[in-house]
Order: sequence, then structure tokens, then C-alpha cells
Amino acid sequence: MAALPEEPAEVVVKPDPEGVAPPQLPPAGPPAAPPTPADGEAAAGSGGEAALPKPAPPGPAASPAPTDRQTLLAVLQFLRRSNLRESEDILRREARLLGEEVAAAAALSPSAPGAQGTPGGEADASGGEALLSRVVAAAAAGGAAAGSAAVGAAAAPGGAAVAAGPPVKVGSCVPVEDQPDVSAVLSAYKQQGDPALYEEYYSGLKHFIECALDCHRAELSQLFYPLFVHMYLELVYNQHENEAKSFFEKFHGDQECYYQDDLRVLSSLTKKEHMKGNETMLDFRTSKFVLRISRDSYQLLKRHLQEKQNNQIWNIVQEHLYIDIFDGMPRSKQQIDAMVGSLAGEAKREANKAKVFFGLLKEPEIEVPLDDEDEEGENEEGKPKKKKPKRESMGSKSKKQDPNAPPQNRIPLPELKDSDKLDKIMNMKEATKRVRLGPECLPSICFYTFLNAYQGLTAVDVTDDSSMIVGGFADSTVRVWSVTPKKLRSVKSAADLSLIDKESDDVLERIMDEKTASELKILYGHSGPVYGASFSPDRNYLLSCSEDGTVRLWSLQTFTCLVGYKGHNYPVWDTQFSPYGYYFVSGGHDRVARLWATDHYQPLRIFAGHLADVTCTRFHPNSNYIATGSADRTVRLWDVLNGNCVRIFTGHKGPIHSLAFSPNGRFLATGATDGRVLLWDIGHGLMVGELKGHTDTICALRFSRDGEILASGSMDNTVRLWDAVKVFEDLETDDFTTATGHMNLPENSQDLVLGTYVTKSTPVIHLHFTRRNLLIASGAYSPQ
Amino acid sequence: MAEEKKLKLSHTLLPAESMKVMAEAMGIAQVPEETCQLLADEVSYRIKEITQDALKFMHMGKRRKLTTGDVDYALKLKNVEPLYGFHAQEFIPFRYASGGGRELYFYEEKEVDLSDIINTPLPRVPLDVCLKAHWLSIEGTQPAIPENPPPAPKEQQKAEATEPLKATKPGQEENGALKGKGPNAATPDGKGKEKKAPLLEGAPLKLKPRSIHELSVEQQLYYKEITEACVGSCEAKRAEALQSIATDPGLYQMLPRFSTFISEGVRVNVVQNNLALLIYLMRMVKALMDNPTLYLEKYLHELIPAVMTCIVSRQLCLRPDVDNHWALRDFAARLIAQICKNFSTTTNNIQSRITKTFTKSWVDEKTPWTTRYGSIAGLAELGHDVIKTLILPRLPAEGERVRSIMEGPVVSNIDKIGADHVQSLLLKHCAPVLAKIRPPPDNQDSYKADYGSLGSLLCTHVVKARAQAALQAQQVNRTTLTITQPRPTLTLSQAPQGPPRTPNIIKVPSSITLPMQTLVSGRPSTPTQPSPPPTKYIVMSSASSNSASQQVITFSTSPVGTATSPVTTTVASLQPVVKLVSTAQTAPSATVTGNVQKYIVVSLPPPGEGGKGGGPPAQLSPSAPPGLALPGLAPPAGATIKQEPGDSPPPPAGPPTPFGKANGAQGGMAESPQ
Repeated sequence: MAALPEEPAEVVVKPDPEGVAPPQLPPAGPPAAPPTPADGEAAAGSGGEAALPKPAPPGPAASPAPTDRQTLLAVLQFLRRSNLRESEDILRREARLLGEEVAAAAALSPSAPGAQGTPGGEADASGGEALLSRVVAAAAAGGAAAGSAAVGAAAAPGGAAVAAGPPVKVGSCVPVEDQPDVSAVLSAYKQQGDPALYEEYYSGLKHFIECALDCHRAELSQLFYPLFVHMYLELVYNQHENEAKSFFEKFHGDQECYYQDDLRVLSSLTKKEHMKGNETMLDFRTSKFVLRISRDSYQLLKRHLQEKQNNQIWNIVQEHLYIDIFDGMPRSKQQIDAMVGSLAGEAKREANKAKVFFGLLKEPEIEVPLDDEDEEGENEEGKPKKKKPKRESMGSKSKKQDPNAPPQNRIPLPELKDSDKLDKIMNMKEATKRVRLGPECLPSICFYTFLNAYQGLTAVDVTDDSSMIVGGFADSTVRVWSVTPKKLRSVKSAADLSLIDKESDDVLERIMDEKTASELKILYGHSGPVYGASFSPDRNYLLSCSEDGTVRLWSLQTFTCLVGYKGHNYPVWDTQFSPYGYYFVSGGHDRVARLWATDHYQPLRIFAGHLADVTCTRFHPNSNYIATGSADRTVRLWDVLNGNCVRIFTGHKGPIHSLAFSPNGRFLATGATDGRVLLWDIGHGLMVGELKGHTDTICALRFSRDGEILASGSMDNTVRLWDAVKVFEDLETDDFTTATGHMNLPENSQDLVLGTYVTKSTPVIHLHFTRRNLLIASGAYSPQ
Repeated sequence: MAEEKKLKLSHTLLPAESMKVMAEAMGIAQVPEETCQLLADEVSYRIKEITQDALKFMHMGKRRKLTTGDVDYALKLKNVEPLYGFHAQEFIPFRYASGGGRELYFYEEKEVDLSDIINTPLPRVPLDVCLKAHWLSIEGTQPAIPENPPPAPKEQQKAEATEPLKATKPGQEENGALKGKGPNAATPDGKGKEKKAPLLEGAPLKLKPRSIHELSVEQQLYYKEITEACVGSCEAKRAEALQSIATDPGLYQMLPRFSTFISEGVRVNVVQNNLALLIYLMRMVKALMDNPTLYLEKYLHELIPAVMTCIVSRQLCLRPDVDNHWALRDFAARLIAQICKNFSTTTNNIQSRITKTFTKSWVDEKTPWTTRYGSIAGLAELGHDVIKTLILPRLPAEGERVRSIMEGPVVSNIDKIGADHVQSLLLKHCAPVLAKIRPPPDNQDSYKADYGSLGSLLCTHVVKARAQAALQAQQVNRTTLTITQPRPTLTLSQAPQGPPRTPNIIKVPSSITLPMQTLVSGRPSTPTQPSPPPTKYIVMSSASSNSASQQVITFSTSPVGTATSPVTTTVASLQPVVKLVSTAQTAPSATVTGNVQKYIVVSLPPPGEGGKGGGPPAQLSPSAPPGLALPGLAPPAGATIKQEPGDSPPPPAGPPTPFGKANGAQGGMAESPQ
């Protein structure tokens, strides 16, 4: 357990309890697909102690603790709310146990159940360098406590619990409450102040800030909102309902408009009883609101509060706010406005300091085959193309190792199969015919409209080679269309397959059952709206996630469901395959994102930290990182290797609904309900652009294949094209801005928009660039 | 401010009263006030919480409308059992009731007889989801196809027409970006080069202010096809082409071409007296007017003279005694009325200028009967007010002139026909107006005293008009339009041709040759179904004498219309008052010559006259009569009137006529009565 304090962030779940490195066991054929949950369970239960994969390197420096404790409490609260008593008990036991450990810096507590003892002992044995397969441990613990029936359900929260465990330990520098009850958190609002004076305090501060020098005013104004919220909550908690109401009435108009949604939640909260179980409230309580203020301004504030003996406000500042002080010029109003808006204030600067390997992995060298092999590959692809032997240019690009790229084997990736190679070759050939886009050469847009969807289309994805489109619908169906003349066929039944001559050249053709050929296949299995869908890169699998809390893996050979991944107990909002296949990520209402491998029925990693629903998830092109967008209005970047949160991007004023990495891996584009697209430099952790123009939620973002154009699709029925080259070319990434993160964003959205294309009445919910840079957009026609 | 208001709204609480009512409904009689208040607070809070969660589902479902399903899922999140059963997909009809000092909103739950549900035929299975591809953009430009919204919305066209400096043209911002970038484009490599080269060459061209005359190849082809079809000999094609003009959203850029085509076409064909072509061109104008995506104001300077020419030109056909050019005049008059209604403003004064033009030519003594007819028709179509102020006062004089021709000693046949038409036109238009403005006792003598020689005829017409109005009042829920708007939409359908002489000029489509009143025609229900339109015809024939109402409304589908057309069926079921007439007399081919009530305006010329085939009239001169020096009216030679608002002073004559009020149905020529 000595290793744990070094673990930096909230969640660490170690991969692969079965001791088989993922690449060695890539999903074989459809028949030999991932294990069924029952098998997996048995395997997981027994195989916990098997050999671990490569030890993780020690993480970066520990992150500051206070919020982590809060996170733990939030998780506890969450579990209780979900009626997961067992898990909660386990977690609480463990948390207390861990707390004791912190205090004593000692070995295992005797009270730990047997299953838990295993990882602990192992940790001791491994001398703190190996990370443990904590999921298994947790699952086993959960199973032991809850009985075998509840294993499936309890396993995941157990994982979450464990995930949240380490931070408590990390928080050894601050006193940890041994009573991790939510009422304890709430009781932080016990105050001595006179409720009648609250308004006076607040307006006094308001007066002070408004009279402050211009350069400080903008910075100090950031205080208004968190103070307002906490003062209101204090009033409510102490059951001064009338005072609370009048306080709210009087000052809510002063708050920035982007906090409107939270204010609405807050306004409905008028009784102490309501505070229990209100998520937004809990977020305020359990996480400190982060403000970034220059030292001068902070001194000014401090002096003022001390002069006025304004203990009430000072207490709040001390207890509920985290003031990130920096040296230098105070920021301007515009700079501040660009960065604030998230549920818990800005990201701390330290949060974005970790090094991120944003470069691309080296492409495997592929011998471009001779002509006849070529033909074969094309036949299989079903799109005969005139091939042009041209390879030198392709290879040269990928030969050099990107200095920012992660080591090739940083995370284990599946080995390329022959069919993958063929596909890569195809891809390269198509790439030679790719249209070079730019402001003068805009892409053509082909719009696939779903007709008669009756407002029921909830997710769309297109295969990389643009041969299939999948739609997820509110009626729980998943429908796959072929958009090429090649129809969708299933493989023959086992009996028929045995009759086939396996040596023949066209065996792949022969296994297909012609009778099943159709343009559309409907996949039944979910029991709620399908909110996300993703094709695997090799087009053999399809993932879908749904309101019913499951992620399902479908075979596109047999058009049947292979696995239902259970873990999220609440609606799953999004899922996506890794660009290299095998792994996939999902995120949902339970506020965590999970990393899975197709052949494991339990998640490999749980990324916890968001304060509200995880609404969208995307893999970095090098598959080493995952970006998640959330309803808490932040975007986080997670390291797949160790589960750390390596970037927190704040600045959106509404829930994030779309994410896109640039093809070179350096930038991230995010779109939210506020109708803005924000662009981020991943390496520096900076916001580098803001694209305004949409008037409604941005549901889809996509960079062109070479990254010159960013396309955005929105609920306002438009597709917009933006000049990505221009945004990124004149970045001011000098030392100062990099150090402080204070960007001056140019107001140039109008110059950057290259085109706006309005549909008749079709919200655009998916965008996809074909390999030749044709833009495919899609959405469901919804007559007004 | 708006957000503050919203936030205030969120303070709303359910009244404690509701709790009481609900408790009573559950059979709990005495709930203390305090409990009610507590319950109300709690319930309000929970409802808000659930609604906020439901909103989340709406957002994730990529919708803009909250559904009951969203609420169910939100309940499920809270571990609350959702509601089961049938769901209202859309609107939940809450009803309001008050009484006993209580105000209630409630949801009416009707008791449904299961057997009723079982016995009703199953509703049609909703169409399955399907995928349809179209080009939203081709290399940066959005093609003008029906799948895309019209390139320039009507509001923008209007803004351009009225405030040319402010308006920005579509694609201008893109061009602006191109301007800066043109020369120093990124280095193209390999394949991209060929693609880019023509674009780069094109760049300097684009620096010029965007020319409206650039048409893509497809557009040019379309234009060619459409114009050929519109004036060609195949009626089916023409119907299709007109359909396209009337509905296609992407015609904005071709509008100048069409406008010129029409104006030039009228100019040439008036000279050549080619009646058929003139009719076709007017139908094109009508189709353009009907297109909801086009704003024509910029092209009125070409269209108005063309239409005016077709109203008042002295001669429109080779044989004025036989050919039914009157129908064209009527049709064009209606067009001009529609133009006035749509585009007349206080700055351009279109209506008053047109009124002045008509009045001037009518007043002139030397005006030939054809022009006279046109002027009167044009004025009459402008509405009741115009008829009252401009036509009625001149009735005695005009009646005298007609009488002198009809009863006078020796006149040309042509004049006689003209006078006859003018008389019936006056009667037709004046009678309804008189019926409205004159008090009921209709006395032949007083009419004679007031309106001269036309008085007695007018009197009988007024009596009939009154009877009709009464009838109409009785059947007010019936297809009102059928009676108040007794106008044929396409008058040319009644234009009879001397079969041997001009066999190929007008081929009337089968669907409109029927001597029927097209009332429910208009556009077909689907824009992609051009011809034959799924029209329903209401045949109004002269009734047999035994019918008291003298009105038989026949409801029949067009012979080619598909019987399964949903529109047809629904209408039929919704309007049970419409009777199907079974007498042989009202078969579609029933004659309308004897139409006493003149529901169908265009009467056939006396059969005998066609046989006469009188020699062509003396006036073959292509130009308008010399007396027709009208401002704003193009002589057929084709000068255009000026449209600058400042050009002509606001005319003193021509009182502003409120069309919407007096003549609300004027423009709706053939709109469906639903």
C-alpha cells in the first residue's frame, strides 16, 4: 500500500486482471468473441493474483488533496442515493481504514476482508512500484459482501469506491474526517452569523468590489458567484427560508448569465430537506470553487475583509473557495470570461501541468503489396478502384518518430491482422486521391437525412471508410445501413459453414449468406434510447450505449449482440472505440467514464472526477488519452495508462456535447450547448481559439483528414466550416502565456468561418470526413 | 432581463389548494392547511428536480421538445416507477375550469369504449425510418435543390429589393474571405493541383461584385427546359414546368431571366397576335407569383407592363370575333390585382398608378371595346371599393354606349361582341356590390333612373345576387368559397378553338378541359408530383329547375387523380355536405352554356358565330389604339414603364382600396376551401 500515496489522481484501476496482456488476446473472430459475463466473472474471481502487465511508472507529483476527500464523499453520497448499501459500506470501511493508514502510516488493518487483503499484501510485496488490479479486488470484495447475486451490479461501484480510495490517502496533509458522512459535509454550513446580516455582508463586499480599481474589479468580481451560492446555501441550511429567499431575489440578478442554469437549480432549493440528495448542491459542497486571482487583487481583498472584520465572508472564502494566486498582472475581464463558467470554477494551474504525449504513434511499416494482391484486397473491400503504385511519399511521413509521441508500447495495442493491413493499404490509396482542402477548396457536403425518424434519432456513426452508417434510436433499436451498393450480409449458420471448402480462395465470400443481404439491418437488444454508437476500426464490431445502462457490442458479421457490458448503473451517454480497436470508452450519468476492453466484462479504468454527467467521450488519435466532456461544463483529458486526469479545460458555459481531436493530436475542439466551439492546445493546456456563430447546441465536430478544416454541426440546423489552419498558425505560445495560461483570444470568428450551410429543418448530429475529404453530415429531419 | 424573468418564474410553487384537491380526489377529506403547504413545497421541488433531469434527456436525445418519455426516464433515474400506458406524443390538452372559488387545470380523461377502439380500422402503419442522401454543399456552394432551403429566403429578397444597400447577398461573406486569400493560396501538391487551378483562375472574376447573371450549367439547362416546356405544345409538360416554377425553392437566381423571358415574350406575341403564347406566359407569371420562395418586387417593372398589355391591348388574337381573348384579359386582370395586393406600398403606389391607367383608357371615347373591356375588368378585379368609386358612377354612360352599339343601326360584328362582353362584365361585377350597398327593395325603375340603360338588367342581377347571398348564409359551413368566388382559375380552358383553323395552338390538359370550377386545385399536396395534380373538382353546373337552391355541388375526383390520394379522402370525409350529383346532366362533360347564375364566367361564344368565321377584323395593327397613351402601360411594342417611386407623383385619383377587407378572397383564386 505504500505505493498508493504516489498515485496522483482520483482513479486508478489496473488493467487486465487475467494477466494476459490485451494484445495477446485480441478479439478473434466473431465466434470466438469476448467471454460471456459468466465466464469472465469466474475468471476474474480466480485470476486476481496472476502476473501483472508492465509496472506503471510512478506518476507525477501528488495533486493537492482537499478536493479528493470531497470526491470520496461525493461518491459515497452517490452510492447511497443509488441504494448500493454494500458498496457504500465497503467503501466507507475502506476509507476509514485508509484514513487510519494515513494516520499511522502502517500496514493493513485487521478489519479488512480477505479479498481486500490480497491486493494489500501484494502491494507490500511489490514494494510500491506495481499497481494493483484493484477492480478485481473490489469486485471480489463487493461480491463477498453482497452475495453472488449482486456481483455484476456491485462490482462497478466497488471499482469506483476503490478508485476514490487513494485520494483519501493522498490527502494526508490535511486532516481527514473519519466520519465520511454527508451530513458532516453539510454541517460545514453551521454558522454563527446573523441571517439578517447576510444581505449587508454581500452588498458591502459588492460595494467594495465595485469601487476597486478597474484592474482588480474584474478579478474580484469572480467572487460574487461562489459567495452568493454559499451564503444562500448557508441560509437555507440554517432554515432561514425567508431570508434566503429575499437574499436570492435581491442578488441573483448580479450573477453572470452563464450561471443561469445553476441558479435555476439553486432557486428551487428552499428547504434544508432539499439539500440532501441534490446533486448540484453536493457539487458545491464537496468541491471547492476555484478562482484564479492575481496576488495584488488577493491582498486587496484580504485587507478589506480583515478591516471590516467580515468573518462570515472570510470563512466562506477559507472553507469553500480555492484561490489560485498567481504573480503578475491582473487579468482582464475578457480573459476571465473566457475561462470561467464551469460548475466548480476554473481549473487549477497545477492540474494542467502534467506532460502529455500528444504526438501520433508511428504507423507500422506496411509493404504495399504487388498488383495481384492488390486486386484481392479490393475484391474483398468490394470497391474496385484503379490503383496507382505510389508508396514512397506515404512511408516517409510516418518514419520519423514524433518527439511528442508516447513510446510505442506505452499502452498495449492489438497487433495488426492481415485484414487490418489491407484496410490500411486501402486507406493510403484513398489518401493519395484526397482533396487538399483549404479556404479556396471547401469540401463538398453530402447530407444523409433520416426521414420518418419522428424525433427519435439519438446517435449516428459512420465507418471510417464511409461504407456504413449506424443510427441509434429512441425506440431502443440500432439500425445499420449500407451506403454502398454492397449489401449487408450475415455469415452462414454453423452447419452451413462446415460444408464450405476452407481452402478455397474466396472463402471469405463463401461464408456469407446471400439470402440475408439487405441494405438495412436492425439490431434489437437495448431497452432504452440508444445514445451513442461507434463502429470498430475494422468494421467487424459495433458498440452502442443506452439509457438502460449497458454498452453492447454487436458483431457486424452475424448482426447479433455479443456482449452487454454492465457497469454504469445509469444511462450511458456516449461510447467510442479506440482508433486501434480493442479498447473502448463509455461515459454516463454516473459521472464517470470507463475504459473497457472488448474481451473483459469489467472496466479496465474508471475515470472519476467530473462533477456531473459525462456527456461525451473521445479517444486521442494515439489511443493513450481519452477526452471527456461533461455537464459540469469542463473537459477533462485522462491518461489511459494510469487513469490520471492530465488536463482540465474550463471555459464552456454549458454542457459539452461534442469533442474532436485534430488529426495531428495536438489540438482538441469542443462544442457545447452554449453554441461555441473552443479550441485547446493539449500540450500547453491552453485555450487557443473560440469560434462563435452557432446559435444552438453543437452536436458534432470533426477535423478534415489533414486537419485544415474544422466542421461543426449544430441543433440550429447548420453545418459550419472553419479555417483550422488559420486558428492554429498564429498562436502566441510564448513563455508567459504558457506559464500563466492567460490567453488573449482574438475576436476573429467571422474571419475564420469559411461557410455556413443551412439544412431545411434537420439538426446536424454527426459529421464525418471520408478518406478523400468529402464531408458526410447526418441528422433526422424534424419538421417544425 | 430575460433570464431574471425566467428565474422568477422558477420560484413558482404549486398552490396548497391543489394538494387539497388531490387529497380529496384520493379520498382523504381533512388535510390541515399546514400539511398542504408543506406538501405543496415538497411536490413543487420534486417536480422541478424531475423536470430538470428530463431536460437532460431531451438534450441527450438531440431534440428541442420535451416529451413524456423524457419525464419517464427522469423518474426512472430517481428510482421512481415511471408511468405506464399510452403516451400522448405531443400536446397534452389541459382544460381549465373554475367554480366555487377554485381555479383548476385538469386533464380530461375520457372514458373510451373498448369496442369502439377495436372496431375502428387500424391506423396506417407509420413509415419506417429511411436514409436519404443529398448534397448540402458542392465545393463550398449550396446547390438550389428542394432538399435544401431556398438560397435566399423571401425576407432577404425583400430586403434586397427594398433596401439594396443594407442587404448582403448570399455567399458574400465567403467571397470576402476569398478576396484576401486568392493569390497566396497554400501550395497545392500532387492531385490537388488540377482541382485548384480553375478555381484560382476564377478568383479574379469573383472579385467583381457578384453578378446575378451567372447561372450554373444545371441552372441554364433547367431554364431552357422550363421555358421550352412552358411555351411548347405538350400540355402535360407545361403543367409540370409550371408546377416546378410555382414550388421550386431554388429559382431565385433565375428570376431575372424568367422576368425578361415573359416581358419579351409578351412584346413579341402581342405583335403577332399569338393568343396561346400570351396565355402561356401569363400562366408563368401566375406560377412565379405562387412560388412562396420568390419575392418579385425587383422584377415588377418588367412583369406589370407585360400583364397590362394582356389586359388592355386592342388586339390579342388573330380573329377577335372568334377567339376567346376575353378569358386572357380576365386572367391577366386577376394577376394584376394580385400584384397590387402583394406589392403595392405607399412608396411605389402601384395600385393607384394602375387604377389611373385603367380609368384613363376607359374614359377615353375612342378606346376600342377590347381595351375598354380590359380596363373595366382590371378595375373590377381590384375590389369592391374600386368598383364602387370608379365603375358605378360611370354605369349610365357606359350603358348608353353599349346600348348604342347593341341597338344602333349598323355596326361591325366585332364591336357588337365587345359591347356584349362589356355589358355582361359590368353586370357581373356590379351586381354583388350593388346588392351590398343598396337597400333591399329592388325596383326596376329606380335602377333605371340611377344606372341608365343597364338598370333593368342590373336589377335582375342584384336580385339574384341577394338570393345567392341568402343561400350562402344558410349554408355557411359549406364550401363558402364555391359561391362567393365563382371564378374559373384558368380561363383558357374554356377558350374554344375553331378546330380546323388553329388545331395546335392550345391543347388543354384533360384535367382542366372539363367545364368545371376548379376550386380545390391549387398545388398538389406533394411538390414532387407535378402532373396531373390530385385535384378535386367541384362542378357547378346550372341546376335543373326542380332544385330549389338551384345549386348542385358535385364532388368528384379528377379522372386521372389517384383515388387513394389522402387529400381526396380526407376532404370527402370531412365535408359530408357535398353531394354527388347523379343525374346525367351533371356529368363532367355537362354543358355550362346555360349557366344562368354565371358561376362560370367565361361563356362560350354562341355556337353559330364560330361557323360564321367572319373575316379578320380591320384592326390588324399591332400597336395599341392611338388613344391608349397610358402612363405605365407598355404599348405592345415593348417599352417598359419606369418603376422609380419618385417618377410619378401620387395620383389624386385611385383611392386606396383596402383589399384585405373589401375583397379578401380576391387573390385566392383557387385555393382550397378547407
